[in-house]
Amino acid sequence: MTFAQIVSWFTDPANWQGTDGVPNRVTEHLLYTALTLLIALVIAVPLGAWVGHSGRMRWLVTGANAARAVPTLGLLFAVSMFVGPLIKSDLAFVIPSIAVLVLLAIPPLLSGTYAGIDSVEPAARDAARGMGMTGWQVLTKVEVPCALPLFLSGLRSATLQVIATATIAASVSLGGLGRYLIDGLASRDYVQMVCGSILVAVLALVADGILALLENRAVSPGISGRSARVARSRARHPDHHSDPIGADRPDPDSRQAALVGSGSTGPVEATATTGTPSERDRT
Amino acid sequence: MIRFEGVTKRYADASGADDGAGSLAVDDLTLEAPTGKITVLVGPSGCGKTTTLRMVNRMITPTSGTISIDGKDTASLDVAELRRGIGYVIQHAGLFPHRTVLDNVTTVPRLLGTDKRTARARAMELIERVGLDPAMARRYPAQLSGGQQQRVGVARALAADPPVMLMDEPFSAVDPVVREQLQNEFLRLQSELGKTILFVTHDIDEAVKLGDQVAVLRVGGVLAQLDSPAKLLADPVDDFVAGFVGRDRGYRALSFAAAPELSLTDEPTVRLGARADDVRAVGTPWVLCVDDDREPLGWVRAAAVETEVTRTLLHRGGTVASVSGSLRALLDAALSSPSGRGVVAGDDGRLVGTIRAAEVIPAIEARRDSTTEEATAR
Ligand SMILES: Nc1ncnc2c1ncn2[C@@H]1O[C@H](COP(=O)(O)OP(=O)(O)O)[C@@H](O)[C@H]1O
Ligand SMILES: [Mg+2]
Repeated sequence: MTFAQIVSWFTDPANWQGTDGVPNRVTEHLLYTALTLLIALVIAVPLGAWVGHSGRMRWLVTGANAARAVPTLGLLFAVSMFVGPLIKSDLAFVIPSIAVLVLLAIPPLLSGTYAGIDSVEPAARDAARGMGMTGWQVLTKVEVPCALPLFLSGLRSATLQVIATATIAASVSLGGLGRYLIDGLASRDYVQMVCGSILVAVLALVADGILALLENRAVSPGISGRSARVARSRARHPDHHSDPIGADRPDPDSRQAALVGSGSTGPVEATATTGTPSERDRT
Repeated sequence: MIRFEGVTKRYADASGADDGAGSLAVDDLTLEAPTGKITVLVGPSGCGKTTTLRMVNRMITPTSGTISIDGKDTASLDVAELRRGIGYVIQHAGLFPHRTVLDNVTTVPRLLGTDKRTARARAMELIERVGLDPAMARRYPAQLSGGQQQRVGVARALAADPPVMLMDEPFSAVDPVVREQLQNEFLRLQSELGKTILFVTHDIDEAVKLGDQVAVLRVGGVLAQLDSPAKLLADPVDDFVAGFVGRDRGYRALSFAAAPELSLTDEPTVRLGARADDVRAVGTPWVLCVDDDREPLGWVRAAAVETEVTRTLLHRGGTVASVSGSLRALLDAALSSPSGRGVVAGDDGRLVGTIRAAEVIPAIEARRDSTTEEATAR
């Protein structure tokens, strides 16, 4: 198998048409992924937000993380054998596949949401309540925006896993990019298998890139650490701004009632506290 | 006016044991914080100051008793509405990290339905008023120093112009120099705004400096003494209060004694760049250096000047008293001056003259005599 074979597979018009063509398989793959994430979000986000907000039942998050250890393929066959006889249509395969993928997507989403809400500074939350925000306003105006970086990193990790694992749907006779792997293996067409894998990898990278862009736009610079970078670069060029950043020191405009000569006030390195979100939701 | 009437707060025991006891955080507190004045709650850690404060905006519900603001029982008001009408400042500012300084300050007006433009215009005014550079409005809290964050916290609490402010150790997390600036500006701001303020601190110096009246609490949430700062220092009701207000209270009490008209000594001065000969010609070992506006810069030792007076030669230890300041400031200026002559400046910052400690002491003695007379007359 050579690089040329891979190129010729991708340039063969036959591989870009019909049910077994790349566009259709990619679409199927994305449909499984989207459906899975949608269901997982509906389950994990309210649950994670509630656990983070109330601080109760944290074991749910730990428990879900432990569930990641269950072998996905084995679970899929088990669920299919159980559901198969009950349903007389394609759904007999769709439901188990999606269910297994949802199970895979829930832990990162749950812990991302939980960790995000839990990471909100207690002082900010306290101030929000004390200023007269209702519980709902505290959640939507303070907790959610502050939780966003950790939540989105959970979403990215879930998306990557689901895209990579959605190939298993093909093993119970469904579509998606997994078809190239299963069919390639059956007919010993290794070129097709490699090309299928490449497609999965590219799809995952593109999806992750889109989410990264989204993250960049949706997360306030105040918490993403972008502002800290700005502050640091300003601190290096203190002449743009007369005041030092990130340190408790007298403001330059204020006068002291003491006979003190102007001490040295060199630039200080910013000590902004918000770094990039920790990745404590990843296992 | 904020009025506490027989207010008690009992927290359930951590053990959850229902023995009816629990821990008493505030015990039958009756207290009035008068309109337009600063009432400081002070006491050792854990004496129930925060609990007391947070019962006013109902962040904590009293076990018994009533709290009223301008005669209205707070328990009868809608809780969100009540809180929007009360400025709330806390120790670590509690700024919203995802919002710019400007958007932090507009929070309450926006909750109250003020349109964005009006709210922002007012916020910009406040940002400047609390002593921040308007350019900071676009920054995020992480880009500010602790002192700057506290200023934003104060601006945010003032944004909807609430008549009442609750402040829980707002200046204790910053270093002493910044703290002093924040305190001074807070007093200046209050002299313009005249809010009804309940201010919590564990620092007795801060309490006597800021308070129109000071309430000393002891552990268990019992009010030990409620008095003006001067009265508190001069006449503690018991050993606990005496111990809490500290050792050098005799000296600190002078903070509240306005400097009387004292005859100051004219002080010969030199400018930066003055030649060594001219400095020695003054004839004293220490010579005062002033700038072109006659604002004092520092003392210079005549013997140390080789060619001319430079900034690095200036002695940096002395404080400057203001003619309208306190006896304490006068005495401190004299004591901290290397020449023994305390520098006194006018309200415009220009040199007026100098005074020796020995000349301040008679004024202190005279004051003691007059207060004793007052006491006997009563
Ligand atoms: N939520 C709470 N549950 C139980 N006890 C509390 C709670 N909050 C405060 N306390 C107790 O009440 C007392 C007073 O606390 P606090 O008002 O915070 O004191 P201060 O602000 O004067 O340091 C302390 O003994 C503290 O341990
Ligand atoms: Mg406290």
